[in-house]
Amino acid sequence: MSGWRIPERAELGLGALAVALLALIVGMLAFVLVQAWPSFAHNGLAWFGSGGNANTQLNDIYQSPADPHHYQYHLRAWPLLYGTALSTGLAVLLGLPFALLCALFTVEFAPPGIARVMGPTVRLLAAVPSVIYGLIGILVLAPWINDHLVSAKFKLDVKPVVPIGGGGLLLASIVLAVMIVPIMIAIISDALRSIPRSWLEGSAALGVNRWRTMWRISVRAARPAIAAAVVFATARALGEAIMLAMVSGSFIFAPNPLDGLNFFLEPIQPLAATIVAGSEGFSAKPFAQTLYAFAAVLLVSSALLSLAAWAARQPMRRMGLR
Amino acid sequence: MHASAELAGPSRRTRPRDSAASWPLADRIGLGLCWAAGVTLTLLATAIVLYMGVKGISQLHLSYLFQHPTADVDQSKSGGFLDPIEGTLLLTAIGTAIAVPIGTGVALWLVEYGRPAPLARTVESAVEIIAGAPSIVIAVFGLVVFSQPAFAFLSFRATGADAAFGRSFVIAGAAMSLLALPLVVGAVREALLQVPNHLREASLALGKTVGATIRRVLLPAVRPGIATGTALGMGRIIGDTAIVILLLGNTLGTESADGGLPGFRLLRGTGSTLTSYIYGNSPAGEGGAPEKAYAAAFVLLALVIALNVLATRLARGNLSALTGGAAWTR
Repeated sequence: MSGWRIPERAELGLGALAVALLALIVGMLAFVLVQAWPSFAHNGLAWFGSGGNANTQLNDIYQSPADPHHYQYHLRAWPLLYGTALSTGLAVLLGLPFALLCALFTVEFAPPGIARVMGPTVRLLAAVPSVIYGLIGILVLAPWINDHLVSAKFKLDVKPVVPIGGGGLLLASIVLAVMIVPIMIAIISDALRSIPRSWLEGSAALGVNRWRTMWRISVRAARPAIAAAVVFATARALGEAIMLAMVSGSFIFAPNPLDGLNFFLEPIQPLAATIVAGSEGFSAKPFAQTLYAFAAVLLVSSALLSLAAWAARQPMRRMGLR
Repeated sequence: MHASAELAGPSRRTRPRDSAASWPLADRIGLGLCWAAGVTLTLLATAIVLYMGVKGISQLHLSYLFQHPTADVDQSKSGGFLDPIEGTLLLTAIGTAIAVPIGTGVALWLVEYGRPAPLARTVESAVEIIAGAPSIVIAVFGLVVFSQPAFAFLSFRATGADAAFGRSFVIAGAAMSLLALPLVVGAVREALLQVPNHLREASLALGKTVGATIRRVLLPAVRPGIATGTALGMGRIIGDTAIVILLLGNTLGTESADGGLPGFRLLRGTGSTLTSYIYGNSPAGEGGAPEKAYAAAFVLLALVIALNVLATRLARGNLSALTGGAAWTR
């Protein structure tokens, strides 16, 4: 197709469309960063650090005087970043082994009848809107956790510092894991299917059983795809807002690993959920700019993750698989 | 036993009798875990659908679909969700109307022209970045841009305010189109790559330009691909909440803006969708009416599942049309 060299209106028109899209993305990055700048500029690198209570800091920013010279920007966003990292990390940790096993099952071990159902099942789980996951989390799972896992004594002990309900790190990570598992299954099983038959037949001909063949040949060859799946899932989990706003406990707090098992019951508020929680406050300019800063952090990390996913897949391309 | 396997042609699957029982323990555990994971996943999906179905049908009254919502603590008087359904449909229509032509155009350019090559690669990664950008970030971006006074004509601007309101159906629809765009580009690209080259060559040999080839040969051939992308994009738009909450004003009913061009008032107005209605009526929002939330969630889930089934059907039709070779004879 590259042999055609006559410039045409169609090419120019379609090319202009593509360039406009590119400009939009660059503009998006630049615009959000510019709008978010005051929040970063006032805090410096300490923005990413810890210190003070982020709940009151955000409230002060929201309540800051209307005079632009007295805008409040003081914020230490560590609890938010930590909450995002915790929920994302736990969800991926929970989801990856499960997704890998599901992919192996779908591709190799499931009897044909069940294998035929697995595809639509995965697509269905991927298609369920996040607000429905959130609804199930907040109406069904949160009360159950509150009744069965949270001890009344612990709740009472920490009441002055942090409210403990059903929603928290544990619930957020579990529901998040359910949401990212379909993505990982789709990517991993695609990769497993693209492993050349001859490799597997070679292994089988040496008398290696099906499980070892899959584990030693397929899974090993698909490692780049597994890495890509993890990256995509991480990106999805980072950006999930609505579901997390519903089930994460909606209180800015950094769970303390020294609390033992109660660590998992403590509330968090990830970055994206904080934007949703503050959605009514965009009219207060410094507050809006702080929320833009959260969005900028999310946008930059998701763009970096897209890049990482692309890089992770390269070894497989070199082997001639997808 | 082996003879029948050979007759059936080469198959990767060994016969059940040859496997598992004779494996080392560790391998059998692995196999067991695989089964457990697969069965758990299927059960999970079944449980979610059944639970939402039972809860939804028991709470849903047909009248909900035709009643305007009203703010009332008494749930028997707070009406149905006609307006959220309208909002969902309107927003989906706007979003796809923007995303489908642009996405198709970009995919055509990428596959059929794609030069200079570095530019094409940059555009590809830009599409990937949009695909990876969280919808909440796209929503914030929309709010930043459309709050600029220059865009006041798309929402409204309070007298004396130095910024536009930045929330309306057009604005939310424009942001939604960014969600659907990568899906459309991906589906159309796949379809274009599957069109065999001799079709293009035949058209060119007849003296047609590339532009005419695209219009007369390629576009009809990839129509199923466009349809698949559209259906997937619609599913994505219908299911999104973050953009609605930030960019649609999140008012209970659909409200037209005052002034401006007639017919454009509704588009400049604010409203809600099924997703924001569910969020608002869950304990996380203000409503605290879980019954209504369940009913609306059932309608939403049914819509999304229907669209996904449609997308799968279309994709399958696409494939068989391409192997059967009937799609581009017209």
